[in-house]
Amino acid sequence: MPDAAFDDGAKPRLVMIGNGMAGVRTLEELLKIAPDLYDITVFGSEPHGNYNRILLSPVLAGEKTIDEIMLNGTDWYAENGIVLHTGKTVTKIDRKARRVIADDGTEAAYDRLLIATGSAPLILPIPGVDLTGVITFRDIHDVDRMIDAAQTHKTAVVIGGGLLGLEAANGLMKQGMNVTVVHLTETLMERQLDREAGLLLRKSLEEKGMAFKMPAETEAILGDARVRAVRFKDGTEAAADIVVMAIGIRPNIELAKNAGIHCERGIVVNDHLQTYDPAVYAIGECVQHRKQTYGLVAPLFEQSKVCANHLAEFSSTLYLGSTTSTKLKVTGIDLFSAGDFTGDDTTEEIVLRDPGQNTYKKLILKDGRIKGAVLYGDTMDGAWYFQLMRDGTDVSDFRSRLMFGRAHLGDSGHGADDQTAAMDDSTEICGCNGVCKGEIVKAITGQKLFTLDAVRAHTKASSSCGSCTGLVEQILASTVGGDYAPTPKEKPVCACTDYTHDEVRRAIREQNLKSIPVVLDYLNWKTPDGCAACRPALNYYLLCQWPGAYTDDRQSRFTNERVHANIQKDGTYSVVPRMWGGITSPKELRAIADVAEQFDIPTVKVTGGQRIDLLGVKKEDLPAVWAGLNKAGMVSGHAYGKALRTVKTCVGSDWCRFGVQDSTGMGIDLEKMSWGSWMPHKFKMAVSGCPRNCAEATIKDFGVVAVESGWELHVGGNGGVKVRATQLLCKVATPEEVKEYCGAFIQLYREDAHYLERTAPWIERVGLGLVKRKVVEDAESRKALHARFLESQKYAQRDPWAEEAHPKSANAPAYRPLATVE
Amino acid sequence: MTRTDNNKRDDDGWLRIGALRDIPVLGSRVVETPNGNIAVFRNRRDEIFALRDECPHKKGPLSQGIVHGTRVTCPLHNWVIQLEDGNAVAPDVGCVRTYPVRLIDGILYLRVAGRPAAASLDTPLDTPVAAHAQTRA
Repeated sequence: MPDAAFDDGAKPRLVMIGNGMAGVRTLEELLKIAPDLYDITVFGSEPHGNYNRILLSPVLAGEKTIDEIMLNGTDWYAENGIVLHTGKTVTKIDRKARRVIADDGTEAAYDRLLIATGSAPLILPIPGVDLTGVITFRDIHDVDRMIDAAQTHKTAVVIGGGLLGLEAANGLMKQGMNVTVVHLTETLMERQLDREAGLLLRKSLEEKGMAFKMPAETEAILGDARVRAVRFKDGTEAAADIVVMAIGIRPNIELAKNAGIHCERGIVVNDHLQTYDPAVYAIGECVQHRKQTYGLVAPLFEQSKVCANHLAEFSSTLYLGSTTSTKLKVTGIDLFSAGDFTGDDTTEEIVLRDPGQNTYKKLILKDGRIKGAVLYGDTMDGAWYFQLMRDGTDVSDFRSRLMFGRAHLGDSGHGADDQTAAMDDSTEICGCNGVCKGEIVKAITGQKLFTLDAVRAHTKASSSCGSCTGLVEQILASTVGGDYAPTPKEKPVCACTDYTHDEVRRAIREQNLKSIPVVLDYLNWKTPDGCAACRPALNYYLLCQWPGAYTDDRQSRFTNERVHANIQKDGTYSVVPRMWGGITSPKELRAIADVAEQFDIPTVKVTGGQRIDLLGVKKEDLPAVWAGLNKAGMVSGHAYGKALRTVKTCVGSDWCRFGVQDSTGMGIDLEKMSWGSWMPHKFKMAVSGCPRNCAEATIKDFGVVAVESGWELHVGGNGGVKVRATQLLCKVATPEEVKEYCGAFIQLYREDAHYLERTAPWIERVGLGLVKRKVVEDAESRKALHARFLESQKYAQRDPWAEEAHPKSANAPAYRPLATVE
Repeated sequence: MTRTDNNKRDDDGWLRIGALRDIPVLGSRVVETPNGNIAVFRNRRDEIFALRDECPHKKGPLSQGIVHGTRVTCPLHNWVIQLEDGNAVAPDVGCVRTYPVRLIDGILYLRVAGRPAAASLDTPLDTPVAAHAQTRA
């Protein structure tokens, strides 16, 4: 940085104008990554700390109190050493002298300025807007005035049938007023809803007692000192004790404009949220980014993160604009809308209409991808459609089921908003960690959480198997309002970096990065040696990219892969020897029995993958147990690894009267080809000898089902957290083809999937089409993938047990205590 | 295990438990005691930390976790524990006991309760011990 202020040792000064959600969120993000970088001063016009503006509607409806929606009280500013000026409005920015001046004369000098002045309600240019009783709906003060008016008056007119207007109308109705909503067009919320959903919404609101005057244009507000009525262009009038003006917002740009900062509709910023003056940043509703302005909270939080990163001098992230979705916060009305919901000649629409259930769903598709969605009545899958839309996922494969929701969601993941809302606080949401609904709600409100990740960190809900993620997201959405920050489309690997998995892999490949420290250094990692999430991922990516050349980093392996056994809850380990295709022998069984007795192994169990598990082995006994098994010819079963687990088989044509092919032999061949290979996640296979499919091949990562004329190859199945049947990849004729396709599929998965991504979610993300193109349709690509797989197997197929159990192994001490104190 | 004479504790109760090189960088080894295991960690900067080998959450063996910076992640449920003071990293709340440990000329010393007489070492020490050095406790 060229500024003198950044060089002379004194801390640079950051001044923020505006004390709203987007600005304060930026400060929070900044304090997280660079707590001591700036001396911070904040100016806010309102006399409060920072509160959750999205939740003003529930406050007006009497469902929440002001205290419940405070995000940062004055103590937060004090704790973080921030100077806070409340009730002071900045009236001038002197860019030459780099200082701001407030209406009471307070001045503050800055090295970096952050403008977060938000937006103001639009006021119709008609007579009577100055009358007492004409209110906008913007801040706590407005809400107080509306609640007061409701105590003494009876009739309200709300001008504007958009999101804000309807929420205001609903709140006033809840406060006991008779409310008429005046709207310019024929459809309510026409920026979010199509005609049909708009009509359903109107019907529901009318049933609740709301009246509508639409389409209608307001001509004047009538009254002497106080408002008495509203007159429309058609000459009719409506009586009113108060009039709420909720026709829209406009960015607050005057301050910036007067300081000579380039503004159009909003303050124009670049992808770092910098204005035309690089020392001045702007964020939130006052900003115009790539021609767009935003009035919802989720995009503002995305901006906050990028802006904070840049202020902290980590400039690797860019804000590229946001896709937004809307939910109406009117209790009892479920409505969701995202993207382009009208469509055109190039789009297709799928509509589900069920008047009996009062539901309506419409999806707009273009080129096999979701472009927009309107859901009314049942919004349970809104978050899922939104995710598919943001990710640009090709939905062609499951288009016929798309309308019926997330079919592969496990039982525990099902539930409409209504369902979570109706749940008792003691209802268990996360079965893995025993987290109840009440705990999640308490954490969200008590700790002011907005994201799924934050809820996971605080409650552990949805942090293990993930099957309750949908429910947790619904609770989050219904607790903080619809505008919670959804999981970002491109997630960084972990909190140590802003780079995504794909970006990291590309850097490793293209920049020839060959070790973890080099990757951390090149990509400017925020932590000295990563964390337990990113290090194993990097180790895998390097191993996959540079087979034979990269030296595996043992300390970046999860303990299971470090000691080649599965850690159990008491710190002991389980040991599973490999049994090729599930075939064993008296000799092997005798060796297993011998080690079990010799080392007092408490439990011997048959696994779901047709292997034998020895549970409760002490860590220091592991090498000796392995040596015993090695002696009988058995090697590691990799039941502990992100690797090929087992190939399950049926007895096939060898014994079975229905078997049409040698499934056991095929299973053994596949296991011999692919054992030892490290993968993004665990990988299971099965081979069935006939379509009765006794080996359950259709819930495996790679499943083979024999038919009379050859072999069917199935991919992407999962029998665990979320049951997902495989998709048919293709049919082949010969055993050689089975092996080639199998190796190619594994290699594509190894090279393309993110670390810890099973084949099922990977294929859902990239689409089966990609797999078919690279493995089935393009023979050259298949052969190349298969060859790369075999090449990497040359280095991977070494039995880790034999290596570790060797008396001269360098790792031998790792299994023994350093010292024993008597 | 080898028992050598220079493993006896000195007057301050410091026990020799091994050499720095016996612990891998970003790794850990355990010292067995009658009251349970103590995990001894080494980070990238060769700083040494000793903590009870039990996560405050569900008693997972911290010695088997992944070490990063001055932290270790428990292998059972991914709690992150600060090596300097044994505190769980927010939002988790909990604390694991720490023990004074010293590194003097490549030799590790540990002080445990109960003033035990000696420790038997996995690898004998062949390095002579200097009379004074930097302390980290």
